[in-house]
Amino acid sequence: MDSTTHATMLGSAAPNAKSPAAANQPLPPLKAESRSLSFHYGSFQALKSVDMPVYEHNVTALIGPSGCGKSTFLRCFNRMHDLYAGNRYEGQIVLHPDNTDLLAKDVDPIEVRMRIGMVFQKPNPFPKTIYENVAYGLRVRGVTRKNLLDEKVEDSLRSAALWEEVKNRMNEMGSNLSGGQQQRLCIARALATDPEILLFDEPTSALDPIATASIEELVSELKRKVTILMVTHNMQQAARVSDYTAYMYIGQVVEFGRTDALFFKPKKKETEDYITGRFG
Amino acid sequence: MGVIAQNAAEVRGLIAKGRRWDTIFVSLGIICLGIGLLTFATLFFDMAIDGWSRLNPEFFTQFPSRRAGQAGILSAWVGTTLVMLVTAFFAVPLGIGAGVYLEEYAPKHWITDIIEINITNLAGVPSIVYGLLALGLFVYAFGLGQSILTAGLTLALLILPIVIVATREAIRSIPGVIREGAYALGATQWQTIKDHIVPYSMPGILTGVIIGLSRAIGETAPIITIGALTFIAFLPPAPISDIAPYISFEWLKAPFTVMPIQMFNWTSRPEEAFQHNAAAAGFILVLMTLTMNGLAIWLRYRLRKHIKW
Repeated sequence: MDSTTHATMLGSAAPNAKSPAAANQPLPPLKAESRSLSFHYGSFQALKSVDMPVYEHNVTALIGPSGCGKSTFLRCFNRMHDLYAGNRYEGQIVLHPDNTDLLAKDVDPIEVRMRIGMVFQKPNPFPKTIYENVAYGLRVRGVTRKNLLDEKVEDSLRSAALWEEVKNRMNEMGSNLSGGQQQRLCIARALATDPEILLFDEPTSALDPIATASIEELVSELKRKVTILMVTHNMQQAARVSDYTAYMYIGQVVEFGRTDALFFKPKKKETEDYITGRFG
Repeated sequence: MGVIAQNAAEVRGLIAKGRRWDTIFVSLGIICLGIGLLTFATLFFDMAIDGWSRLNPEFFTQFPSRRAGQAGILSAWVGTTLVMLVTAFFAVPLGIGAGVYLEEYAPKHWITDIIEINITNLAGVPSIVYGLLALGLFVYAFGLGQSILTAGLTLALLILPIVIVATREAIRSIPGVIREGAYALGATQWQTIKDHIVPYSMPGILTGVIIGLSRAIGETAPIITIGALTFIAFLPPAPISDIAPYISFEWLKAPFTVMPIQMFNWTSRPEEAFQHNAAAAGFILVLMTLTMNGLAIWLRYRLRKHIKW
Protein backbone atom coordinates (compact mmCIF):
# COMPACT_ATOMS: atom_id res chain seq x y z
CA MET A 1 0.00 0.00 0.00
CA ASP A 2 1.45 3.39 -0.94
CA SER A 3 1.49 6.50 1.20
CA THR A 4 -1.35 8.34 -0.59
CA THR A 5 -4.00 5.70 -0.05
CA HIS A 6 -2.62 5.27 3.41
CA ALA A 7 -3.27 8.90 4.26
CA THR A 8 -6.71 8.82 2.61
CA MET A 9 -7.67 5.78 4.59
CA LEU A 10 -6.79 7.47 7.84
CA GLY A 11 -9.17 10.28 6.92
CA SER A 12 -10.43 12.15 9.92
CA ALA A 13 -8.59 9.79 12.21
CA ALA A 14 -5.23 11.20 11.04
CA PRO A 15 -3.26 13.13 13.66
CA ASN A 16 -4.44 16.67 14.06
CA ALA A 17 -2.48 18.86 11.66
CA LYS A 18 -2.81 21.85 13.98
CA SER A 19 -1.19 20.05 16.86
CA PRO A 20 2.42 21.28 16.93
CA ALA A 21 3.76 17.93 18.08
CA ALA A 22 2.16 16.02 15.26
CA ALA A 23 2.77 18.58 12.54
CA ASN A 24 6.52 18.04 12.44
CA GLN A 25 6.38 14.29 12.68
CA PRO A 26 6.08 12.26 9.51
CA LEU A 27 3.97 9.13 9.90
CA PRO A 28 6.03 6.06 10.80
CA PRO A 29 5.95 3.10 8.40
CA LEU A 30 2.87 0.90 8.54
CA LYS A 31 3.23 -2.56 10.03
CA ALA A 32 -0.35 -3.70 9.69
CA GLU A 33 -3.80 -2.32 9.04
CA SER A 34 -7.31 -3.58 9.34
CA ARG A 35 -9.52 -2.86 6.35
CA SER A 36 -13.29 -2.86 6.93
CA LEU A 37 -12.88 -5.65 9.43
CA SER A 38 -16.12 -7.06 10.79
CA PHE A 39 -16.33 -9.97 13.17
CA HIS A 40 -19.22 -12.21 14.21
CA TYR A 41 -19.56 -14.54 17.19
CA GLY A 42 -22.30 -16.67 15.70
CA SER A 43 -25.12 -14.23 15.04
CA PHE A 44 -23.65 -11.47 17.22
CA GLN A 45 -21.63 -8.87 15.37
CA ALA A 46 -18.78 -7.79 17.65
CA LEU A 47 -16.83 -5.62 15.19
CA LYS A 48 -18.35 -3.34 12.59
CA SER A 49 -16.12 -2.45 9.69
CA VAL A 50 -13.02 -1.41 11.58
CA ASP A 51 -10.26 0.46 9.71
CA MET A 52 -7.16 1.09 11.69
CA PRO A 53 -3.41 1.30 11.07
CA VAL A 54 -0.70 -0.19 13.28
CA TYR A 55 2.62 1.62 12.97
CA GLU A 56 5.95 -0.13 13.07
CA HIS A 57 7.97 0.19 16.29
CA ASN A 58 5.19 2.07 18.00
CA VAL A 59 2.82 1.16 20.77
CA THR A 60 -0.83 1.34 19.76
CA ALA A 61 -3.34 1.20 22.59
CA LEU A 62 -6.97 0.14 22.28
CA ILE A 63 -9.22 1.71 24.91
CA GLY A 64 -12.94 1.69 25.45
CA PRO A 65 -15.60 0.45 27.84
CA SER A 66 -16.09 -3.27 28.60
CA GLY A 67 -17.65 -5.15 25.71
CA CYS A 68 -16.66 -2.56 23.10
CA GLY A 69 -14.79 -5.20 21.08
CA LYS A 70 -11.21 -4.20 21.81
CA SER A 71 -10.11 -7.69 22.87
CA THR A 72 -12.08 -9.20 20.00
CA PHE A 73 -10.24 -6.90 17.62
CA LEU A 74 -6.86 -7.76 19.13
CA ARG A 75 -7.54 -11.49 18.89
CA CYS A 76 -8.24 -11.15 15.15
CA PHE A 77 -4.57 -10.31 14.61
CA ASN A 78 -3.38 -13.79 15.59
CA ARG A 79 -6.53 -15.61 14.46
CA MET A 80 -7.27 -16.72 18.03
CA HIS A 81 -10.95 -16.80 17.12
CA ASP A 82 -10.26 -19.73 14.78
CA LEU A 83 -9.93 -21.97 17.83
CA TYR A 84 -13.65 -21.80 18.45
CA ALA A 85 -16.52 -22.80 16.22
CA GLY A 86 -19.06 -20.31 14.88
CA ASN A 87 -16.75 -17.30 14.56
CA ARG A 88 -16.56 -15.41 11.28
CA TYR A 89 -14.36 -12.65 9.91
CA GLU A 90 -15.09 -10.23 7.10
CA GLY A 91 -12.61 -7.75 5.65
CA GLN A 92 -8.86 -7.88 5.92
CA ILE A 93 -5.92 -7.40 8.21
CA VAL A 94 -2.96 -6.66 5.96
CA LEU A 95 0.49 -7.31 7.33
CA HIS A 96 3.32 -5.25 5.83
CA PRO A 97 5.79 -5.31 4.17
CA ASP A 98 4.66 -8.46 2.34
CA ASN A 99 0.98 -7.44 2.10
CA THR A 100 -0.29 -10.72 3.50
CA ASP A 101 -3.96 -10.71 4.42
CA LEU A 102 -3.90 -12.46 7.79
CA LEU A 103 -7.57 -13.34 7.54
CA ALA A 104 -7.44 -14.85 4.05
CA LYS A 105 -8.88 -18.36 3.77
CA ASP A 106 -5.66 -19.74 2.34
CA VAL A 107 -3.49 -18.31 5.12
CA ASP A 108 -2.89 -20.88 7.84
CA PRO A 109 -3.69 -19.45 11.29
CA ILE A 110 -0.66 -21.30 12.67
CA GLU A 111 1.56 -19.43 10.23
CA VAL A 112 -0.04 -16.16 11.41
CA ARG A 113 0.65 -17.07 15.05
CA MET A 114 4.26 -17.83 14.18
CA ARG A 115 4.65 -14.19 13.09
CA ILE A 116 2.51 -12.49 15.72
CA GLY A 117 2.98 -13.14 19.43
CA MET A 118 0.55 -12.64 22.25
CA VAL A 119 0.62 -11.88 25.98
CA PHE A 120 -2.56 -12.62 27.89
CA GLN A 121 -4.59 -10.88 30.55
CA LYS A 122 -3.69 -13.31 33.31
CA PRO A 123 -0.11 -14.59 33.35
CA ASN A 124 -0.33 -18.09 31.88
CA PRO A 125 3.06 -19.80 32.17
CA PHE A 126 2.97 -23.47 31.26
CA PRO A 127 3.42 -25.84 34.22
CA LYS A 128 6.97 -26.44 33.02
CA THR A 129 10.35 -25.06 33.99
CA ILE A 130 11.26 -21.43 33.36
CA TYR A 131 13.66 -22.57 30.64
CA GLU A 132 11.09 -24.77 28.92
CA ASN A 133 8.50 -22.01 29.02
CA VAL A 134 10.74 -19.67 27.05
CA ALA A 135 12.09 -22.40 24.78
CA TYR A 136 8.68 -23.78 23.84
CA GLY A 137 8.04 -21.48 20.87
CA LEU A 138 11.43 -22.43 19.47
CA ARG A 139 10.81 -26.12 19.98
CA VAL A 140 7.55 -25.76 18.07
CA ARG A 141 9.62 -24.31 15.22
CA GLY A 142 11.86 -27.37 15.28
CA VAL A 143 14.88 -25.85 17.05
CA THR A 144 16.72 -28.63 18.87
CA ARG A 145 20.31 -27.35 19.07
CA LYS A 146 21.06 -26.85 22.74
CA ASN A 147 23.38 -23.85 22.37
CA LEU A 148 20.96 -22.03 20.08
CA LEU A 149 18.12 -22.65 22.53
CA ASP A 150 20.26 -21.50 25.47
CA GLU A 151 21.25 -18.36 23.63
CA LYS A 152 17.68 -17.47 22.59
CA VAL A 153 16.30 -18.19 26.06
CA GLU A 154 18.87 -15.88 27.64
CA ASP A 155 18.31 -13.13 25.06
CA SER A 156 14.56 -13.25 25.50
CA LEU A 157 14.75 -13.23 29.29
CA ARG A 158 17.11 -10.26 29.10
CA SER A 159 14.73 -8.42 26.77
CA ALA A 160 11.91 -9.13 29.21
CA ALA A 161 14.04 -7.75 32.09
CA LEU A 162 13.82 -11.06 33.91
CA TRP A 163 17.23 -12.61 33.30
CA GLU A 164 18.95 -11.31 36.43
CA GLU A 165 16.13 -12.62 38.63
CA VAL A 166 15.92 -16.11 37.15
CA LYS A 167 19.34 -16.94 35.71
CA ASN A 168 20.06 -19.35 38.58
CA ARG A 169 16.55 -20.76 38.68
CA MET A 170 16.12 -21.98 35.10
CA ASN A 171 14.93 -25.43 36.20
CA GLU A 172 12.34 -24.16 38.65
CA MET A 173 8.69 -24.18 37.69
CA GLY A 174 7.41 -21.00 36.06
CA SER A 175 4.52 -20.98 38.51
CA ASN A 176 6.97 -20.41 41.41
CA LEU A 177 7.54 -16.86 40.21
CA SER A 178 5.55 -13.86 41.43
CA GLY A 179 2.67 -12.56 39.31
CA GLY A 180 4.73 -9.77 37.71
CA GLN A 181 7.63 -12.14 37.05
CA GLN A 182 5.23 -14.66 35.51
CA GLN A 183 3.92 -12.00 33.16
CA ARG A 184 7.48 -11.06 32.16
CA LEU A 185 8.15 -14.77 31.64
CA CYS A 186 5.18 -14.86 29.27
CA ILE A 187 6.59 -11.82 27.48
CA ALA A 188 9.99 -13.55 27.18
CA ARG A 189 8.21 -16.65 25.86
CA ALA A 190 6.51 -14.57 23.18
CA LEU A 191 9.73 -12.68 22.31
CA ALA A 192 11.83 -15.83 21.90
CA THR A 193 10.44 -16.45 18.43
CA ASP A 194 11.08 -12.89 17.17
CA PRO A 195 7.47 -11.92 16.45
CA GLU A 196 6.76 -9.02 14.12
CA ILE A 197 3.90 -7.77 16.24
CA LEU A 198 3.32 -8.44 19.91
CA LEU A 199 -0.28 -8.33 21.10
CA PHE A 200 -0.98 -7.48 24.74
CA ASP A 201 -4.45 -8.19 26.09
CA GLU A 202 -4.79 -6.09 29.28
CA PRO A 203 -1.40 -7.40 30.43
CA THR A 204 -1.47 -5.74 33.86
CA SER A 205 -5.06 -6.24 34.95
CA ALA A 206 -4.09 -9.12 37.27
CA LEU A 207 -0.99 -7.38 38.69
CA ASP A 208 -0.22 -5.06 41.60
CA PRO A 209 0.87 -1.46 40.92
CA ILE A 210 4.60 -2.15 41.22
CA ALA A 211 4.48 -5.10 38.83
CA THR A 212 2.29 -2.98 36.55
CA ALA A 213 4.91 -0.23 36.47
CA SER A 214 7.62 -2.71 35.52
CA ILE A 215 5.52 -4.16 32.70
CA GLU A 216 4.72 -0.68 31.41
CA GLU A 217 8.40 0.25 31.43
CA LEU A 218 9.14 -2.96 29.57
CA VAL A 219 6.51 -2.24 26.92
CA SER A 220 8.08 1.17 26.24
CA GLU A 221 11.48 -0.52 25.90
CA LEU A 222 10.25 -3.31 23.68
CA LYS A 223 8.86 -1.11 20.94
CA ARG A 224 12.38 -0.69 19.62
CA LYS A 225 12.38 -4.41 18.80
CA VAL A 226 8.78 -5.14 17.98
CA THR A 227 5.54 -3.44 17.02
CA ILE A 228 3.07 -3.47 19.88
CA LEU A 229 -0.70 -3.50 19.91
CA MET A 230 -2.18 -3.38 23.38
CA VAL A 231 -5.65 -3.55 24.88
CA THR A 232 -5.99 -1.73 28.16
CA HIS A 233 -8.90 -0.86 30.40
CA ASN A 234 -6.74 1.74 32.09
CA MET A 235 -6.65 5.09 30.32
CA GLN A 236 -3.67 6.36 32.31
CA GLN A 237 -1.77 3.32 31.13
CA ALA A 238 -2.63 4.08 27.51
CA ALA A 239 -1.51 7.67 28.06
CA ARG A 240 1.74 6.57 29.70
CA VAL A 241 2.95 3.91 27.28
CA SER A 242 1.33 4.29 23.91
CA ASP A 243 2.19 6.39 20.87
CA TYR A 244 -1.15 5.91 19.16
CA THR A 245 -4.53 5.27 20.71
CA ALA A 246 -7.81 4.04 19.33
CA TYR A 247 -10.99 4.66 21.25
CA MET A 248 -13.49 1.89 20.54
CA TYR A 249 -17.18 1.78 21.27
CA ILE A 250 -19.72 -0.94 20.36
CA GLY A 251 -17.53 -2.63 17.80
CA GLN A 252 -16.27 0.49 16.08
CA VAL A 253 -13.19 2.69 16.23
CA VAL A 254 -14.65 6.05 17.21
CA GLU A 255 -11.37 7.91 17.10
CA PHE A 256 -7.79 7.05 16.28
CA GLY A 257 -4.80 9.33 16.60
CA ARG A 258 -1.54 10.11 18.29
CA THR A 259 -1.99 9.47 21.99
CA ASP A 260 -1.14 13.05 23.05
CA ALA A 261 -3.58 14.46 20.50
CA LEU A 262 -6.35 12.03 21.41
CA PHE A 263 -6.04 12.67 25.11
CA PHE A 264 -5.54 16.42 25.03
CA LYS A 265 -7.55 17.41 21.98
CA PRO A 266 -10.07 14.68 21.22
CA LYS A 267 -11.98 15.46 18.05
CA LYS A 268 -15.11 13.56 18.96
CA LYS A 269 -17.47 14.37 21.75
CA GLU A 270 -17.78 10.63 22.70
CA THR A 271 -14.01 10.29 23.07
CA GLU A 272 -13.86 13.35 25.26
CA ASP A 273 -16.70 12.06 27.43
CA TYR A 274 -14.94 8.74 27.87
CA ILE A 275 -11.47 10.03 28.65
CA THR A 276 -12.72 12.67 31.04
CA GLY A 277 -14.65 10.01 32.93
CA ARG A 278 -18.11 11.27 32.13
CA PHE A 279 -18.87 7.93 30.57
CA GLY A 280 -17.65 4.33 30.77
CA MET B 1 -41.03 -4.76 66.04
CA GLY B 2 -39.15 -4.40 62.80
CA VAL B 3 -37.88 -7.13 60.50
CA ILE B 4 -34.27 -6.42 61.45
CA ALA B 5 -33.11 -7.36 64.97
CA GLN B 6 -32.95 -4.32 67.19
CA ASN B 7 -30.61 -5.18 70.03
CA ALA B 8 -27.58 -7.31 70.84
CA ALA B 9 -29.59 -10.01 72.65
CA GLU B 10 -31.82 -10.49 69.65
CA VAL B 11 -28.81 -10.71 67.33
CA ARG B 12 -27.19 -13.35 69.55
CA GLY B 13 -30.43 -15.31 69.57
CA LEU B 14 -30.51 -15.30 65.78
CA ILE B 15 -26.91 -16.46 65.51
CA ALA B 16 -27.53 -19.27 68.03
CA LYS B 17 -30.54 -20.40 66.04
CA GLY B 18 -28.44 -20.51 62.88
CA ARG B 19 -25.65 -22.37 64.64
CA ARG B 20 -28.06 -25.10 65.81
CA TRP B 21 -28.44 -26.19 62.19
CA ASP B 22 -24.68 -26.40 61.81
CA THR B 23 -24.56 -28.76 64.80
CA ILE B 24 -27.42 -30.89 63.50
CA PHE B 25 -25.89 -31.20 60.05
CA VAL B 26 -22.40 -32.01 61.35
CA SER B 27 -23.81 -34.78 63.60
CA LEU B 28 -25.79 -36.25 60.70
CA GLY B 29 -22.73 -36.15 58.48
CA ILE B 30 -20.57 -37.93 61.04
CA ILE B 31 -23.20 -40.64 61.47
CA CYS B 32 -23.38 -41.22 57.69
CA LEU B 33 -19.61 -41.38 57.44
CA GLY B 34 -19.44 -43.71 60.45
CA ILE B 35 -21.91 -46.19 58.95
CA GLY B 36 -19.84 -46.46 55.77
CA LEU B 37 -16.48 -46.72 57.48
CA LEU B 38 -17.63 -49.09 60.21
CA THR B 39 -19.19 -51.51 57.75
CA PHE B 40 -16.02 -51.68 55.73
CA ALA B 41 -13.77 -51.91 58.79
CA THR B 42 -15.88 -54.74 60.26
CA LEU B 43 -15.70 -56.71 57.01
CA PHE B 44 -12.01 -56.10 56.66
CA PHE B 45 -11.08 -57.09 60.21
CA ASP B 46 -13.46 -60.04 60.22
CA MET B 47 -11.68 -61.39 57.15
CA ALA B 48 -8.31 -60.66 58.68
CA ILE B 49 -9.19 -62.53 61.88
CA ASP B 50 -10.79 -65.47 60.07
CA GLY B 51 -7.94 -65.81 57.65
CA TRP B 52 -5.09 -64.99 60.01
CA SER B 53 -4.06 -68.61 60.50
CA ARG B 54 -3.58 -69.02 56.74
CA LEU B 55 -1.62 -65.82 56.13
CA ASN B 56 1.88 -67.23 55.81
CA PRO B 57 4.40 -67.22 52.94
CA GLU B 58 3.34 -70.69 51.75
CA PHE B 59 -0.17 -69.36 51.13
CA PHE B 60 1.29 -67.26 48.30
CA THR B 61 3.57 -69.94 46.84
CA GLN B 62 1.25 -72.95 46.77
CA PHE B 63 -1.32 -74.02 44.22
CA PRO B 64 -4.88 -74.79 45.30
CA SER B 65 -5.31 -78.20 46.86
CA ARG B 66 -8.01 -80.56 48.06
CA ARG B 67 -6.48 -80.24 51.52
CA ALA B 68 -7.35 -76.81 52.89
CA GLY B 69 -4.18 -76.60 54.95
CA GLN B 70 -1.99 -76.92 51.85
CA ALA B 71 -4.05 -74.80 49.46
CA GLY B 72 -2.55 -71.50 48.34
CA ILE B 73 -3.31 -68.63 45.98
CA LEU B 74 -0.26 -68.83 43.69
CA SER B 75 -2.20 -69.42 40.48
CA ALA B 76 -4.82 -66.86 41.52
CA TRP B 77 -2.55 -63.92 42.24
CA VAL B 78 -0.36 -64.63 39.21
CA GLY B 79 -3.53 -64.84 37.09
CA THR B 80 -4.93 -61.61 38.53
CA THR B 81 -1.63 -59.78 37.97
CA LEU B 82 -1.33 -60.95 34.36
CA VAL B 83 -4.97 -60.19 33.55
CA MET B 84 -4.56 -56.69 35.04
CA LEU B 85 -1.45 -56.12 32.91
CA VAL B 86 -3.35 -57.05 29.76
CA THR B 87 -6.32 -54.92 30.85
CA ALA B 88 -4.15 -51.86 31.45
CA PHE B 89 -2.23 -52.45 28.22
CA PHE B 90 -5.43 -52.19 26.17
CA ALA B 91 -7.63 -49.88 28.27
CA VAL B 92 -5.10 -47.11 28.88
CA PRO B 93 -4.11 -46.16 25.31
CA LEU B 94 -7.63 -46.78 23.96
CA GLY B 95 -9.25 -44.77 26.75
CA ILE B 96 -6.83 -41.85 26.53
CA GLY B 97 -7.05 -41.84 22.74
CA ALA B 98 -10.84 -41.83 22.75
CA GLY B 99 -10.99 -39.19 25.51
CA VAL B 100 -8.55 -36.88 23.73
CA TYR B 101 -10.36 -37.29 20.44
CA LEU B 102 -13.77 -36.55 21.94
CA GLU B 103 -12.50 -33.55 23.88
CA GLU B 104 -10.11 -32.02 21.35
CA TYR B 105 -10.95 -33.09 17.82
CA ALA B 106 -14.55 -34.31 17.61
CA PRO B 107 -16.88 -31.79 16.00
CA LYS B 108 -19.81 -30.90 18.26
CA HIS B 109 -22.93 -32.30 16.63
CA TRP B 110 -25.58 -34.94 17.25
CA ILE B 111 -23.35 -37.91 16.41
CA THR B 112 -20.83 -36.94 19.07
CA ASP B 113 -23.72 -36.26 21.46
CA ILE B 114 -24.95 -39.82 20.95
CA ILE B 115 -21.45 -41.23 21.43
CA GLU B 116 -21.14 -39.20 24.61
CA ILE B 117 -24.43 -40.48 26.07
CA ASN B 118 -23.41 -44.00 25.09
CA ILE B 119 -20.09 -43.84 26.90
CA THR B 120 -21.64 -42.51 30.07
CA ASN B 121 -24.23 -45.30 29.96
CA LEU B 122 -21.63 -47.98 29.20
CA ALA B 123 -20.12 -47.34 32.61
CA GLY B 124 -23.41 -48.51 34.12
CA VAL B 125 -23.87 -51.71 32.09
CA PRO B 126 -23.82 -54.82 34.38
CA SER B 127 -20.52 -56.62 34.07
CA ILE B 128 -22.19 -59.94 33.21
CA VAL B 129 -23.29 -58.35 29.95
CA TYR B 130 -19.66 -57.62 29.10
CA GLY B 131 -18.95 -61.26 29.94
CA LEU B 132 -21.56 -62.47 27.46
CA LEU B 133 -20.29 -60.09 24.81
CA ALA B 134 -16.75 -61.33 25.37
CA LEU B 135 -17.85 -64.97 25.21
CA GLY B 136 -19.43 -64.39 21.81
CA LEU B 137 -16.81 -62.02 20.43
CA PHE B 138 -13.39 -62.89 21.87
CA VAL B 139 -13.84 -66.56 22.76
CA TYR B 140 -15.88 -67.76 19.76
CA ALA B 141 -15.73 -65.18 16.96
CA PHE B 142 -12.04 -64.29 17.36
CA GLY B 143 -11.11 -67.73 18.66
CA LEU B 144 -9.00 -66.37 21.50
CA GLY B 145 -10.16 -69.14 23.81
CA GLN B 146 -10.67 -69.06 27.55
CA SER B 147 -7.37 -67.31 28.02
CA ILE B 148 -5.65 -64.52 29.90
CA LEU B 149 -5.87 -62.43 26.73
CA THR B 150 -9.65 -62.84 26.58
CA ALA B 151 -10.04 -61.93 30.25
CA GLY B 152 -7.79 -58.89 29.88
CA LEU B 153 -9.68 -57.67 26.83
CA THR B 154 -13.04 -58.18 28.56
CA LEU B 155 -12.03 -56.21 31.64
CA ALA B 156 -10.45 -53.58 29.39
CA LEU B 157 -13.85 -53.11 27.73
CA LEU B 158 -15.44 -52.91 31.16
CA ILE B 159 -13.17 -50.11 32.42
CA LEU B 160 -12.82 -48.27 29.12
CA PRO B 161 -15.71 -45.89 29.90
CA ILE B 162 -14.13 -45.07 33.27
CA VAL B 163 -10.82 -44.22 31.61
CA ILE B 164 -12.50 -42.18 28.88
CA VAL B 165 -14.60 -40.18 31.34
CA ALA B 166 -11.59 -39.57 33.61
CA THR B 167 -9.51 -38.42 30.63
CA ARG B 168 -12.19 -36.00 29.51
CA GLU B 169 -12.69 -34.58 32.99
CA ALA B 170 -8.94 -34.11 33.37
CA ILE B 171 -8.65 -32.37 30.00
CA ARG B 172 -11.57 -30.09 30.81
CA SER B 173 -9.91 -28.97 34.02
CA ILE B 174 -7.01 -27.42 32.06
CA PRO B 175 -7.64 -23.68 31.94
CA GLY B 176 -8.42 -22.24 28.51
CA VAL B 177 -5.61 -19.68 28.79
CA ILE B 178 -2.98 -22.44 28.99
CA ARG B 179 -4.30 -23.96 25.80
CA GLU B 180 -4.49 -20.55 24.13
CA GLY B 181 -0.96 -19.83 25.32
CA ALA B 182 0.32 -22.85 23.40
CA TYR B 183 -1.65 -22.00 20.26
CA ALA B 184 -0.53 -18.37 20.43
CA LEU B 185 3.09 -19.54 20.08
CA GLY B 186 2.23 -21.21 16.79
CA ALA B 187 1.78 -24.76 18.07
CA THR B 188 -0.37 -27.08 16.00
CA GLN B 189 -3.24 -28.95 17.60
CA TRP B 190 -1.15 -32.13 17.86
CA GLN B 191 1.79 -30.26 19.43
CA THR B 192 -0.57 -28.67 21.92
CA ILE B 193 -2.04 -32.05 22.83
CA LYS B 194 1.27 -33.90 23.11
CA ASP B 195 3.22 -31.16 24.91
CA HIS B 196 0.47 -29.72 27.09
CA ILE B 197 -2.98 -31.29 27.19
CA VAL B 198 -1.94 -34.90 27.83
CA PRO B 199 0.95 -34.20 30.25
CA TYR B 200 -1.14 -31.78 32.31
CA SER B 201 -4.10 -34.13 32.48
CA MET B 202 -1.93 -37.15 33.40
CA PRO B 203 -2.68 -37.01 37.16
CA GLY B 204 -6.42 -37.17 36.49
CA ILE B 205 -6.03 -39.84 33.81
CA LEU B 206 -3.88 -42.03 36.07
CA THR B 207 -6.37 -41.72 38.89
CA GLY B 208 -9.12 -42.85 36.53
CA VAL B 209 -7.03 -45.74 35.25
CA ILE B 210 -6.26 -47.02 38.73
CA ILE B 211 -9.85 -46.63 39.92
CA GLY B 212 -10.88 -48.59 36.82
CA LEU B 213 -8.30 -51.30 37.52
CA SER B 214 -9.44 -51.49 41.16
CA ARG B 215 -12.91 -52.19 39.88
CA ALA B 216 -11.64 -54.75 37.38
CA ILE B 217 -9.53 -56.63 39.92
CA GLY B 218 -12.61 -57.63 41.89
CA GLU B 219 -14.79 -58.55 38.91
CA THR B 220 -15.97 -62.14 38.95
CA ALA B 221 -19.04 -62.45 36.76
CA PRO B 222 -17.53 -61.66 33.33
CA ILE B 223 -14.48 -63.79 34.07
CA ILE B 224 -16.64 -66.78 34.96
CA THR B 225 -18.74 -66.20 31.86
CA ILE B 226 -15.75 -66.40 29.54
CA GLY B 227 -14.78 -69.64 31.25
CA ALA B 228 -11.98 -69.06 33.71
CA LEU B 229 -11.01 -72.20 35.62
CA THR B 230 -11.82 -72.59 39.27
CA PHE B 231 -9.07 -75.09 39.98
CA ILE B 232 -5.70 -74.78 38.30
CA ALA B 233 -2.44 -76.24 39.52
CA PHE B 234 0.04 -74.80 37.04
CA LEU B 235 1.29 -71.37 36.01
CA PRO B 236 1.14 -69.85 32.52
CA PRO B 237 4.37 -70.27 30.52
CA ALA B 238 7.06 -67.74 31.46
CA PRO B 239 7.33 -64.68 29.21
CA ILE B 240 11.13 -64.88 29.09
CA SER B 241 13.14 -67.97 28.18
CA ASP B 242 16.79 -68.75 27.59
CA ILE B 243 16.28 -69.98 24.05
CA ALA B 244 15.70 -67.69 21.05
CA PRO B 245 13.62 -65.57 20.57
CA TYR B 246 13.84 -65.20 24.39
CA ILE B 247 10.49 -63.49 24.69
CA SER B 248 7.31 -65.50 24.45
CA PHE B 249 3.70 -64.47 24.48
CA GLU B 250 2.39 -67.99 25.03
CA TRP B 251 1.17 -66.93 28.49
CA LEU B 252 -1.52 -64.83 26.85
CA LYS B 253 -3.17 -68.01 25.55
CA ALA B 254 -2.92 -69.89 28.85
CA PRO B 255 -5.91 -70.87 30.98
CA PHE B 256 -6.01 -69.07 34.29
CA THR B 257 -7.90 -68.20 37.43
CA VAL B 258 -8.13 -64.95 39.38
CA MET B 259 -8.41 -64.02 43.04
CA PRO B 260 -12.18 -63.49 43.30
CA ILE B 261 -12.86 -66.80 41.55
CA GLN B 262 -10.49 -68.62 43.88
CA MET B 263 -12.35 -67.02 46.80
CA PHE B 264 -15.72 -67.96 45.38
CA ASN B 265 -14.53 -71.52 44.88
CA TRP B 266 -13.41 -71.82 48.49
CA THR B 267 -16.52 -70.29 50.00
CA SER B 268 -18.65 -72.85 48.17
CA ARG B 269 -16.78 -75.76 49.81
CA PRO B 270 -18.56 -77.44 52.74
CA GLU B 271 -15.40 -77.86 54.87
CA GLU B 272 -14.92 -75.21 57.56
CA ALA B 273 -11.15 -75.03 56.87
CA PHE B 274 -11.71 -73.65 53.36
CA GLN B 275 -13.65 -70.73 54.80
CA HIS B 276 -10.40 -69.57 56.42
CA ASN B 277 -8.68 -69.81 53.06
CA ALA B 278 -11.44 -67.73 51.51
CA ALA B 279 -11.16 -65.10 54.24
CA ALA B 280 -7.40 -64.92 53.81
CA ALA B 281 -7.73 -64.58 50.01
CA GLY B 282 -10.38 -61.89 50.48
CA PHE B 283 -8.09 -60.03 52.84
CA ILE B 284 -5.29 -60.12 50.25
CA LEU B 285 -7.65 -58.98 47.48
CA VAL B 286 -8.83 -56.01 49.55
CA LEU B 287 -5.21 -55.17 50.34
CA MET B 288 -4.40 -55.27 46.60
CA THR B 289 -7.28 -52.88 45.90
CA LEU B 290 -6.32 -50.55 48.75
CA THR B 291 -2.71 -50.56 47.57
CA MET B 292 -3.82 -49.57 44.08
CA ASN B 293 -5.98 -46.79 45.45
CA GLY B 294 -3.12 -45.63 47.64
CA LEU B 295 -0.90 -45.63 44.59
CA ALA B 296 -3.46 -43.50 42.76
CA ILE B 297 -3.53 -40.95 45.57
CA TRP B 298 0.26 -40.85 45.81
CA LEU B 299 0.73 -40.53 42.04
CA ARG B 300 -1.85 -37.77 41.83
CA TYR B 301 -0.15 -35.91 44.65
CA ARG B 302 3.30 -36.33 43.11
CA LEU B 303 2.25 -35.21 39.63
CA ARG B 304 -0.03 -32.38 40.74
CA LYS B 305 2.69 -30.80 42.82
CA HIS B 306 4.22 -29.37 39.67
CA ILE B 307 1.03 -28.54 37.86
CA LYS B 308 -0.23 -25.20 39.05
CA TRP B 309 -1.99 -22.48 37.16
